[in-house]
Amino acid sequence: MPKLKLPKPPVPDALVPRAKRPGTTGKTRPLDVAKESGISAIDWVDERTSLAGAARWMMFRKIPKGTNWFYTLGSATLFAFLSQTVTGVFLAMYYIPDTAGGAYESVRYITNEVFLGEFVRGMHKWGSSVMIILVMLHMARTFFFGAYKYPRELNWVIGVVLLILTYVMGFTGYLLPFDQRSYWATVVGVNINGTGPLVGPYLNDFMRAGPDFTQSTLARFYSIHMMLVPGILAALIGAHLYLVAKMGTTAPPWMKPEKKGDVDREGA
Amino acid sequence: MNRAEREAYLREYSILKAQGKPFFPYAVAKDSLMAVVVMIVIILMSLILGAELGPKADPTTTTYTPRPEWYYYYLFEVLRVIKPPELTPLATIGVPTICMILLFLLPFYDRNPERRPERRPVATVAGIVTIFAIGYLTYMGAEAGSPNEIELETPERIEAQGGEVLASFEAGRIVTAQSGCLACHKIGSNGGTIGPDLTDVGERLPAQAIARTLQNPTAPMPSYDSLQANQPEQFEALVDFLSLLREDSE
Ligand code: HEC
Ligand code: HEM
Repeated sequence: MPKLKLPKPPVPDALVPRAKRPGTTGKTRPLDVAKESGISAIDWVDERTSLAGAARWMMFRKIPKGTNWFYTLGSATLFAFLSQTVTGVFLAMYYIPDTAGGAYESVRYITNEVFLGEFVRGMHKWGSSVMIILVMLHMARTFFFGAYKYPRELNWVIGVVLLILTYVMGFTGYLLPFDQRSYWATVVGVNINGTGPLVGPYLNDFMRAGPDFTQSTLARFYSIHMMLVPGILAALIGAHLYLVAKMGTTAPPWMKPEKKGDVDREGA
Repeated sequence: MNRAEREAYLREYSILKAQGKPFFPYAVAKDSLMAVVVMIVIILMSLILGAELGPKADPTTTTYTPRPEWYYYYLFEVLRVIKPPELTPLATIGVPTICMILLFLLPFYDRNPERRPERRPVATVAGIVTIFAIGYLTYMGAEAGSPNEIELETPERIEAQGGEVLASFEAGRIVTAQSGCLACHKIGSNGGTIGPDLTDVGERLPAQAIARTLQNPTAPMPSYDSLQANQPEQFEALVDFLSLLREDSE
């Protein structure tokens, strides 16, 4: 197999490790041992996983000239998603999907009793709005920069799925506090889906887990909201990022290469 | 994009990439700074806006506001733009589905190799129009008054009758206001336009027909069957109120 040429870490010259001059024996001092131990720990893992290549491929790849702040919107979305995951895990420690009053009671308990409960719930609630805004801005960026064109069409398609799933998160999560607002908004939302041609009524029955709004409906929304959709989202974000690293991010559309004779082609 | 254009793109891109900087630490630094900003915004929003919890859900009363999260407003507003009831499925499902498909297929019908926004005017204008349309519809959704206020003067003919009729009119007004009908219906000078204007519904429909609509409505209107089953007096007050509404009600 031909050896893959991986990009090198951008370490300043002064810090690049150099072999000792031949003849200098010298004692190994504790500092050297400390330096070595970090490297040998990484070596130990790499020998058993070969992950170092992947890490170098991902981290030290070049990003094109002209990359600007608009390119941070994707990772900002990713960060909002991570924040939702962490706050969501804490909420799930207290939440009970019970229509007989347990759901509302558990959210009231989180809000009023749990230490920092309202804060974490607020972060989760407003984080959803922030994530929607970021995903929209990120999509607008890729749209206006023409980043969906060859060879990144597939990444756009994955992106649209991510957008829809983010909206599904908002819809399913809105029901969970089970107050009047969330309950009736969901009833109307489900009804709206039911007006769809052909699949509408089936989709409706699927969402409600039957013809009526029952305990199973809430349980279903909860499991979709906290397991199914986040799982798919995480997997698709992984695929999205893999394609980003593989294809490279676009340069801003107005960027032209510098006309230099001996451009360093390495890592291209 | 034909083959020559693709190859030209890849060639130019590889040079631009070679002239760029490594992802770590340059992009990572920017991304991290942005992550800190996002974190601060979320924390501030949580601290300032808090996490309110409304009254407990109660399927048997109808004191509710069927309001989705704000980022669904523009989808909800499509219902207001496309009014005829026979077109409702088009508004609720049709338009969003078509937009979704258009979004999915964008890279496949936009074959123009040009990437600069100012050199592909159709795409750029379409994008800007979409943003304004979403912004405008979201604003309309946010502006639609609270669905719990009925601005309607008691008509003179009911004042004149006084007594029981007047009492039942006022009682019905309260139930109707609490029931959130105004999220979709206009009564008097306030209310939404998703459903038909109810200001003169008593002229169009007899009381039984109104009751039947409430128990067995056409989507997206929710059913008020449980109200009838659990609180028949309230249900009756609602129906009486509506059947008293005439042209002169304002
Ligand atoms: C989610 C939106 C929504 C809510 C909330 C809602 N409706 Fe409706 N309603 C509609 C729509 C849409 C129609 C039209 C359906 C059709 O034409 O088949 C309708 C039709 C009606 C009709 C028949 C009107 C006619 O002229 O044929 C009556 C009466 C009515 N609604 C009363 C009410 C009352 C009373 C309430 C509150 C208790 C209410 N609605 C709440 C959406 C709603
Ligand atoms: C959960 C949601 C999403 C996450 C976490 C995410 C993450 C990312 C990241 C980190 C990048 C790297 C470049 C950048 O940050 O701009 C990227 C690129 C890209 N994303 Fe997303 N994204 C999401 C949703 C979307 C959506 C909704 C679309 C469009 C429909 C989309 C289309 C693209 C495209 C086309 C690129 C390549 C851009 C380029 O090469 O310049 N993504 N995404």
